[in-house]
Amino acid sequence: MITYLPLIGILIVVVGFLLRLNPLATVAAAALATGLAAGRGLVEVVSVLGKAFNDSRYVSIVWIALPVIGLLERYGLQAQARRVIGGFRRATTGRLLILYLLFRQLTAALGLVSVAGQAQTVRPLVAPMAEGAAERDGPLDDRARERVRAMAAATDNVGLFFGEDIFIAIGSILLIVGFLDQNGIQVAPLQLSVWAIPSAVLAFLVHGARLVWLDRKLKCAPAKAGALDEQSSGLRRSTSE
Amino acid sequence: MIGLPTLYAFTGAVFAAYAVLSLPGRRYGNAAFWGLLALSFFAGDRIGDFGNGLLVLALVALGGTGALRRPEPSQVEDGTRHGNRLFIPALIIPATALAGTFLLKDTGLIDPRQVTLVSLGLGVVLALVALQVWLRPPALAALEEGRRLIDAVGWAAVLPQMLASLGAVFAVAGVGELVGGLTTAVIPAGSRLAAVAAYGVGMALFTMIMGNAFAAFPVMTAAIGLPVLIRGFGGDPAVVCAIGMLAGFCGTLMTPMAANFNIVPAALLELKDRNAVVKAQVGTALPLLVCNIALIYWLAFP
Repeated sequence: MITYLPLIGILIVVVGFLLRLNPLATVAAAALATGLAAGRGLVEVVSVLGKAFNDSRYVSIVWIALPVIGLLERYGLQAQARRVIGGFRRATTGRLLILYLLFRQLTAALGLVSVAGQAQTVRPLVAPMAEGAAERDGPLDDRARERVRAMAAATDNVGLFFGEDIFIAIGSILLIVGFLDQNGIQVAPLQLSVWAIPSAVLAFLVHGARLVWLDRKLKCAPAKAGALDEQSSGLRRSTSE
Repeated sequence: MIGLPTLYAFTGAVFAAYAVLSLPGRRYGNAAFWGLLALSFFAGDRIGDFGNGLLVLALVALGGTGALRRPEPSQVEDGTRHGNRLFIPALIIPATALAGTFLLKDTGLIDPRQVTLVSLGLGVVLALVALQVWLRPPALAALEEGRRLIDAVGWAAVLPQMLASLGAVFAVAGVGELVGGLTTAVIPAGSRLAAVAAYGVGMALFTMIMGNAFAAFPVMTAAIGLPVLIRGFGGDPAVVCAIGMLAGFCGTLMTPMAANFNIVPAALLELKDRNAVVKAQVGTALPLLVCNIALIYWLAFP
């Protein structure tokens, strides 16, 4: 008889995220519960947690870029990015982000995934430029500003995900080759990566259409100038959770 | 040869600086959190798996109980003093990552497997030197601003590593096999379209749970892709797997579990709603999931 008890971790994660509990605590609780439910000892579960944490340190290397970005922001990089984009009459938020989407897809398809990213390019350059373009027609209200920033981050992700699989040496392609090989099926990386191209084109069309739509919504929504001051100070305080 | 160990030591030093700079403002929770992370980068390979596990639990205790304080507001110039020249140092990091990836790979100076990450680190060092020479900021200004930004990100900075750990525990506990077994039980027999849809939706859903399409792929492909689509209906394995993985990526766009893509940016961009990036992506991910299922259906069965 199979026991489904180890699935309790999935339940904890889903409930934790729905109730907006602290994700760090939720994930730790889910890991401990899953391990114990599978009949492992506490020391063993804690050791598995520790080993995986240690092995995945490379994802946190990106935080060393923060001193550079912070210093540049102190000298006004974000404000300058907003001002420059505001000077181009034809540059709208949507068009700017479509251009960035294309850049991100093409560089990722060449394997250059670290050239851009949320910390390296979105926070210091892309998000302020997207805001600057939207602000040319008047100040942005609270919700519109959040929406523009979130779309800037989303555009980076979509571009990365639906570009990188065209590159033959990326992790996911190698994983597929290895998995099929274990099951007695030989495929070359190039055979796989060409089949990522149709999805990449569709991703560009779907997300690009949404960015055009974003432009139209930004134009239609009359900005509430009064909300702006309240909002910019609110943003600093409100993200603590 | 420069590889991950050197890079980890550098990263540890940066986190140690964040920790020390938290002390003057009596931000002891923050100091402890970044100090533990510095310890992880300096000594993670020497303190053993259980030691690392205790370190993780200590990070969770600090981050989960609100011991980390938000950053104080910073003094920001409006950018008119330096103008467009500010973009030059901003582009040093991407440019170095780009050039380094091509030029340094075969020099023997750098571990070829880590050339992009090392190039990123090199770009940071070059940009810091350039800024120091050009703008002559106070000695600790760069690290002070970096600390302010990392405090804005807060506990979310370690969430991606925590989720990788959860994935490891799931693997040890056999969660993937359980989910795969359940999936095999629910797909209807005989309908090719239903089987393709079950594979695509299953990839997306299980990716949302695991936060990572890499974890979902072997499970779902072993449960549906290989036995039903490839062996049963004679689908082209390259098409099924390549596009199936991309169906999983649609799931990555829709889950807070993919923290480094979805939660960390919300913190970095100081959004009020920490799920704002996920919400912005659902409108792209759902139509794209339908597209990917249709692509497998049309392209895999000539």
